[in-house]
Amino acid sequence: MTDAATPVSAPAPFVGPLADKDRIFTNLYGFQDWGVDAAMKRGDWDNTKKLLEMGQDAIIDTMKASGLRGRGGAGFPTGMKWSFMPKESKDGRPSFLVINADESEPGSCKDREIVRHDPHKLIEGALVAGFAMRARAAYIYIRGEFIYEAKVLMAAVEQAYEKGFVGKNACGSGYDFDVFVHRGAGAYICGEETAQIESIEGKKGQPRLKPPFPAGAGLYGCPTTVNNVESIAVAPTILRRGAAWFSSFGRDNNKGTKLFQISGHVNKPCVVEESMGISFRELIDRHCGGIRGGWDNLLAVIPGGSSVPLVPAAQIMDAPMDFDGLRALGSGLGTAAVIVMDKSTDIVRAISRLSYFYKHESCGQCTPCREGTGWMWRVMERLRSGEAEIEEIDMLFQVTKQVEGHTICALGDAAAWPIQGLIRHFRPEIERRINENKGSAPMMEAAE
Amino acid sequence: MADAPQIPNEAEVRARWGGFQWTPENAAQTQKVIARYPEGRQASAVMALLDLAQRQVGEETRTQGWLPVPVMEAIADQLEMPYMRVYEVATFYTMYNLAPVGRYHVQVCGTTPCMLRGSDDVFAACKNKGLVKGHTTPDGLFTLTEVECLGACTNAPMVQINDDNFEDLTYDSMSAILDDLAAGRQPKIGPQIERQTSCPEGGPTSLKEMVSENHDYRGEWA
Repeated sequence: MTDAATPVSAPAPFVGPLADKDRIFTNLYGFQDWGVDAAMKRGDWDNTKKLLEMGQDAIIDTMKASGLRGRGGAGFPTGMKWSFMPKESKDGRPSFLVINADESEPGSCKDREIVRHDPHKLIEGALVAGFAMRARAAYIYIRGEFIYEAKVLMAAVEQAYEKGFVGKNACGSGYDFDVFVHRGAGAYICGEETAQIESIEGKKGQPRLKPPFPAGAGLYGCPTTVNNVESIAVAPTILRRGAAWFSSFGRDNNKGTKLFQISGHVNKPCVVEESMGISFRELIDRHCGGIRGGWDNLLAVIPGGSSVPLVPAAQIMDAPMDFDGLRALGSGLGTAAVIVMDKSTDIVRAISRLSYFYKHESCGQCTPCREGTGWMWRVMERLRSGEAEIEEIDMLFQVTKQVEGHTICALGDAAAWPIQGLIRHFRPEIERRINENKGSAPMMEAAE
Repeated sequence: MADAPQIPNEAEVRARWGGFQWTPENAAQTQKVIARYPEGRQASAVMALLDLAQRQVGEETRTQGWLPVPVMEAIADQLEMPYMRVYEVATFYTMYNLAPVGRYHVQVCGTTPCMLRGSDDVFAACKNKGLVKGHTTPDGLFTLTEVECLGACTNAPMVQINDDNFEDLTYDSMSAILDDLAAGRQPKIGPQIERQTSCPEGGPTSLKEMVSENHDYRGEWA
C-alpha cells in the first residue's frame, strides 16, 4: 500500500488518480481476450475456493467494511443488502441472486464493458455473492439490445461450467450454484428491481409495490437480492485484496473505485475506472482530453445519468465526483454516467429529449407518471420553441413536484428531476425564448 | 398514434403463419431455454421464445422478423400460458416487432447523449437515402426507427442495425454504411473511427500494458 493510500491516519483522503495496479477491470477496453483462460491469467478464478472458505458471514463483513455502495445508482451499501437475506430457509423456499445488467439509463455504458470484456469477473462475483447470501442460483438480466454482449456472457457462463467453477460443487467448495442469463427485450423500466423480477417471471415489467421487499418475497416469491453488475463484479477483488485496500480510495462514506462513463462534449469520450471522489476537472483533463472548446466553453453537466438534475459549469468544475459531493450540488452520482454539455448545446432541447425518453419508457402503471411524463414533455417542447407563457414555467415545476414521490417506482422522480434542474439553473434562458417569441421578430429556430 | 405499428390483415396473416412450427434447431433451443427456470415456471421463457420466433420469421421472410398473432398463439400453447399474457409481453417490450419490417431494421438512437454528439446528422443521412421514420423503404430493404438509449453513450452517436452496433458515426460514415448494406456488402461493425471500443480516441490513458499483452497486474499489488 502506498503512503498516499493509507486509510484513517492520512489527513486527506486519496481521490485519484488511480494507479493501474489498483484498477479492477484490467481488460476494460477489450484489448485482450475475454475467454476464461486469458481471464485466469489476469487473476480471475484464482483459488476462488479459498474466498468461499472465508464463510458467509466473513464475506458479508468484508463487503460491509469495504464501504462499497451499490453501483446501480441508488448507492445502497452492498454488504448490508446481502445481510438482509435469510440465513436459513424455514419453509424450503430457495433464495436467488438477480444481477442487473439492464443498463438503460441514458449516459450509462459501463456494464456493457464489463459483460463483453471481463465477463468472468462478473460470473466469479455471482458465485461469491450468491454463496454469501445463500442463494441457489443467479439470474443475470441483460438488456435485450446487448445482443453481442449477451452472446459473450452466455459463452463465458458455459466456460465456467466446463471448468467446474459454477454448477454442482462450484470450485470444489461443496456448494451448488447455477448461473443463468436472461435476456430482456427493450424496456428501461426493467432496470427497476421489482420490474426486473416481474420480467424474469415472464410478465410485463411493471414494478411491484414494496413491501414486501425482494429479500422477503422476490423472484417466484422467494427471497431475492438484486445487485448491479459492477457491484457484483468488484466483489472477488475486494475479498482478495481486503476491505482496507478498497476503502483506501475516496472520501468517507464514498469509498472505492468506480467506472466513470463520460459522454457528450468532451474531446475524447470514454469509459474509465477511477477513484471515487476524483475532481471533475481531473477526470476530464486526464482521460477525456478536456472539454470541447476549452473549459470556458463548458455550459452544464449531468453527472450521474439522465435522471439526476444538471449542474451548471461553475459549480461542477472542481467538485468531487462521489455520492455526497454531487448531492451537495443538488444532483447525484447515480451510475457515474457523466454527460457533458458545452455552450453550443440547446439546453432546453437536451432536457426535453430526456422528457421524451421518460414518456416513452413509462410503464403505464401509475397515473401520475403515465399521464405526467407525456404532459411534461409536451410543455417542455413548448418551452423549447418559446411558444408558451411565462406562467407555464412555474406550472411545469409544480407538476413535476406532483409526479415526484407519487408513483410506485422512481421513474416518476427520474422524469421530474431533470426538469427541476433545468428550471432551477436555466430559467432566464427559458424566459428569453418566450419573450423573443412574443416579440415581433420571429425567433430563429435552434438547431433542429 | 401515427407511429403505431400497422398490424396486417388477420385473415392473410393466419393463412400465412397459421401452421407455425419451430425449426428442429430452434425446437431444441426452446427446451434449453425452458430448462433455465424452475419447474412450473416455464412462463419465464416467454421473452426468449418470442425473440427466437421473431428471428425464425425473419429467416423465412429475409427480414429482421416480426411476430404474427398465430406465432404468439403457438408460443402460448407451448408454455401453457393464456394467449393474452404472451400478447401483453410482446406489446410491452420494444424489441418485438408487431408488424413486418425490412431486411435491415435501422434503429438510430436519438436520446440526449447521442443527440449531443450529432444524431441529427445520422438521421439526416438516413433521410437522404430515402428512409422515413416508422416506415419501410419501397424496396423492402430498410426500416427506420428512432430508439431510446442503447447504452453505448461514450461511442455516440450510434445505430443498431439488426444485431450489429455501428458507433462514433458521422453523416458520411452513416451514409457509407447504408450504401454498403444496399450493395450487399458488410460494413465494419463497432466504432467507425480509429478507436478501440470505449477507449479514449488515440489510445488509452490507463492500463497501457494491456494493449500489447495480457498483462497480469497482481505482481504489482502491494
